[in-house]
Amino acid sequence: MAGPRPEDWSPDQPIVQLIDVHKSFGSFEVLKGISFDVRKGEVVCIIGPSGSGKSTLIRCINALVPVTAGTIRVEGIEVADPKLDKLALRRKVGMVFQQYNLFPHKTALANVMMAPIHVLGQDRREVEVRARALLAKVRLAGKEDAYPGELSGGQQQRVAIARSLAMRPDVMLFDEVTAALDPETVKEVLVTIRELAEEGMTCLLVTHEMNFARDVADHIYFTDRGVIVEHGPPATFFASAQDERTRRFLSQVL
Amino acid sequence: MIEAVQGWFQRLYETTGLNFTVFYDPYDWNRYIGGLRMTLLLSVTTILASLVIGAVGALLQSGPSRLLRGLVNGFVVVFRNTPPLVQIFFFYFGLGTLLPALRTADGLRIPLLDNVQWAILSLSLFAGAFNVEIFRSGIEAVPRTTAEAAEALGYTRFKAYRHVVLPLALRVCLPALNNNLINLLKTTTLAYAIAVPETLYAVKQIWSESQNVLEMMLVLLATYAVLVGLLVWIMHRWERALRIPGYGR
Repeated sequence: MAGPRPEDWSPDQPIVQLIDVHKSFGSFEVLKGISFDVRKGEVVCIIGPSGSGKSTLIRCINALVPVTAGTIRVEGIEVADPKLDKLALRRKVGMVFQQYNLFPHKTALANVMMAPIHVLGQDRREVEVRARALLAKVRLAGKEDAYPGELSGGQQQRVAIARSLAMRPDVMLFDEVTAALDPETVKEVLVTIRELAEEGMTCLLVTHEMNFARDVADHIYFTDRGVIVEHGPPATFFASAQDERTRRFLSQVL
Repeated sequence: MIEAVQGWFQRLYETTGLNFTVFYDPYDWNRYIGGLRMTLLLSVTTILASLVIGAVGALLQSGPSRLLRGLVNGFVVVFRNTPPLVQIFFFYFGLGTLLPALRTADGLRIPLLDNVQWAILSLSLFAGAFNVEIFRSGIEAVPRTTAEAAEALGYTRFKAYRHVVLPLALRVCLPALNNNLINLLKTTTLAYAIAVPETLYAVKQIWSESQNVLEMMLVLLATYAVLVGLLVWIMHRWERALRIPGYGR
């Protein structure tokens, strides 16, 4: 495959690049040719009705789901390459899930410390200092020794964000991270993500939080039935959607 | 103290006819203790080895290699569907004679593995086959998404298994594991059949010389009741130590 090599990638190029990505589960085509770029420091929101392939799309980017056809590049790494170095990719891409997926047998602090120690072989004491700082950053100082089962959904989700940040990723993927939360805890998670975005972290979110998308996103993509129907910066996207499907969706959720 | 106990059992014999030779005859006592030591050796080594077999087997069973999956499944079928005594005989009399052996200067045959080693090998494989299935049941109870989170953090399949999946699976399958390990401890008595001098073997020797079958039977039953009780106690402590605050409720 004659593509660009990771060492040729420079920060002025898109940090995440999708070109005509297709994904089928059996005979069912979930993604029917998705293309878009995310530039460094951008916050991109993907919105759309349930079952439109948003989660599948975001999971293709860190190779949790293999694509059927098309190209995905993360900092020049070809994600669809059969010889893909998954560790190299996943060091660059952090991911936060709808159901948090914390390791229930470990404390909040240990959850944050595990991957840098086990995967990157970093020094335990140095990792612990960083992990404590990250927990403080997501406003969970004092909860270091709590197990996930002892935390609320919003707290667990913030531990999950800290756990992902501990690997020092360049891009963060958020897969409907507030969808399983109580309304009153949604805000604390969104505040954390907003702070990350303001610090310049590149963020790609699948979300149903339209107000959040409007306030924080640089660019919004609306997907339906496996294609990008419409996209644009929030100001134009929300004010003057062109496509009928987009307008119908927005009228239902806003 | 020891003399008092010995004296008491001697008097018990003289007054009632109940002949617990092990408790006053040092020769029988040493034989009994020797048997107990052997039972402990068999139990501890086979429990540990069968746990390793179970953990590794379950990892391979859920792995990407079709060949390895088939081999593990075949192993489980063979060792679960045949009687453990037959397995011990097969290893000791069947395989044992096929293996090359050393010979001493005067032509005496020194087998590669002795009867104790064959018993350990055979019993470990027997209990290991059950442990594979027990661990598998635990692994299937771990949400796929938990392993996926580890994967997204850069864990390889093996590292995710070791640090995330197995520790969680273990907690789920401990009760079933308890049962199998208790059975294994009791099954070590089958090593008797290839003359491994474990507790049953030693006690049998004592009763055939001293003609005190009933008394030694009682000693034997009490011994195993205590040994299993000890194992149960250890396993329950382990279960408590592994309990996760706030999990699964």
